[in-house]
Amino acid sequence: MRKFSFGKYALPVYAVLAFTYLLIPIAFTFVFSFNDYRRSNIAWRGFTFDNWTSVCEAQGVCAAFGTSISIGLISTVIATTLGTMIAIALVRYRFKFRSAVSLLLFLPMATPELVLGAGLAAQFFNFGTEMGFTTIVIAHVMFCLSFVVVTVKARVASLDPALEEAATDLYGSPSQVFWKVTFPLLLPGIMAAALLSFALSFDDFIITYFNSGPTETFPKFVYTAASKGLPGEANVIGIGVFLLAIAIVLMIQIRSSIKAKRLASVK
Amino acid sequence: MAIAAFGHSGGAKPHKSSSPSRGSGKVALLLLAPGLLYLAIFYVAPLFSLVLTSLQTIDYSTGVPVYQYGFEIGNYVNVISQYGEQVGRSFIYAFFATIAALLISYPLAYFIGVKARRFPLIQSLMLTLVIAPFFISFLLRTFAWKQIFSNESWIVTTLQSIGVLASDQYLVGTPFLVIFGLTYNFIPFMTLPLYTSLERLDIRYLEAGADLYANPRKVFRKVTLPLSMPGIVSGTLLTFIPIAGDYVNASGLFLGSTQTSMLGNVVESKFLKSYDYPTASALSVILMGVIMLLVTFYVRKSGTDDLL
Repeated sequence: MRKFSFGKYALPVYAVLAFTYLLIPIAFTFVFSFNDYRRSNIAWRGFTFDNWTSVCEAQGVCAAFGTSISIGLISTVIATTLGTMIAIALVRYRFKFRSAVSLLLFLPMATPELVLGAGLAAQFFNFGTEMGFTTIVIAHVMFCLSFVVVTVKARVASLDPALEEAATDLYGSPSQVFWKVTFPLLLPGIMAAALLSFALSFDDFIITYFNSGPTETFPKFVYTAASKGLPGEANVIGIGVFLLAIAIVLMIQIRSSIKAKRLASVK
Repeated sequence: MAIAAFGHSGGAKPHKSSSPSRGSGKVALLLLAPGLLYLAIFYVAPLFSLVLTSLQTIDYSTGVPVYQYGFEIGNYVNVISQYGEQVGRSFIYAFFATIAALLISYPLAYFIGVKARRFPLIQSLMLTLVIAPFFISFLLRTFAWKQIFSNESWIVTTLQSIGVLASDQYLVGTPFLVIFGLTYNFIPFMTLPLYTSLERLDIRYLEAGADLYANPRKVFRKVTLPLSMPGIVSGTLLTFIPIAGDYVNASGLFLGSTQTSMLGNVVESKFLKSYDYPTASALSVILMGVIMLLVTFYVRKSGTDDLL
């Protein structure tokens, strides 16, 4: 095989540098979660476990974190349900206005968050709706929905319809076929969509800021705290969530690679 | 689009059903209706609300602002003449940050998608590293850069001592650092679609190009680059859109200053601090208009089927 120009080491070295660049702020947040900070957590003052052992000490940080978790869970359940239904319809059925439906689903992903947030807030304002927990959930379901459709749709498309046809031939009722065959086969896709949706909701700041009223979420807490000094406890929560998410993703990847190896050895 | 990158591990191909229209249209309608209705109420209607609000007038005569529906096109003229600078800055910053993200991401995506192809586990571990920044709060990441480049940091003091920065010059608050932050925060949106495109690139085409006496640079320009164009287009779009509307990086609380205010910063302060909803809405409509032009261009090129 002919060798290509980039040279043997240039690309791998570049990749290492690029990954370092991507990970620097994470490492920084991690290190400063151990800082014995006073008013602001900008300069290093000494090592301590205090921020980790008493995370809720910083005022409001745990309440904000809890609110973000509940908003994330509720929005994820609603968005995943609605999105999965749409994904199934898109792959399995033919209907009129198909491209209009695709466009309607695509547009929210192509709309800047600023416009989504300001638009919804303008609507709530025009109707005199009180902003708070509920309006945040409404907003989060709206922007998570399309991402769920995209993720689940890929899974539905890879599903062999023959399996469902076989179940129908074996006298399965439509609901039995769905819950015993289709749903279990779609589950990995649905789980991926739910995880993505939770992550999007949990980390959203821009849309939330416009539609939250007095309700405090974790990102909103960080934004407000940034002006007077971010407590190290916020770093602890950020890093905790990060480690958990990485663990979940690694577990999924290692499992699927083991599965792929096993399948390959069977063949 | 971006998420498609994660679907690769299964290696499954779509099944073409022999009878795609099993079941009646009624079932399809029942499945679609709730979600589409939701989007109609909470996505489409708000856009109209935004346009209506952008044409409102405010009556301050009673002391409290009274918002009246109207058709005040003048709002747009005012907005452009007053905040033209911030609007322009948004698109200029977005342009430079998108280019920077493309230049940084392309070799990385090439390495993961083409060079590491024979090692699927390593490949997926590297993809995890690419999206790792997403697992930590966007605001914490940006705040970390602010700390790293703060006025007392060794980076700034070193740059001052070697004369790159004057002794009263700092990095926080400069356009450079805002663009740097924007680039960093949205790099995964660029890398993932590029990766998806390059991962499918058939290496035999590159070998054929080389066999036909094209030098590596020419192979890249004539083969690799055109074949990865779909990834470049969708990556550019996915990066440019959120950057143009961002107001966190440019905010004085994070990497910017009043000298770096973008469209989003004006919308934020008009909407949430001075309650000037018409101005905020007019600015949002302008942003949406520009983005829609870009999206239309993209849809024209690739069709609606590739959207989802």
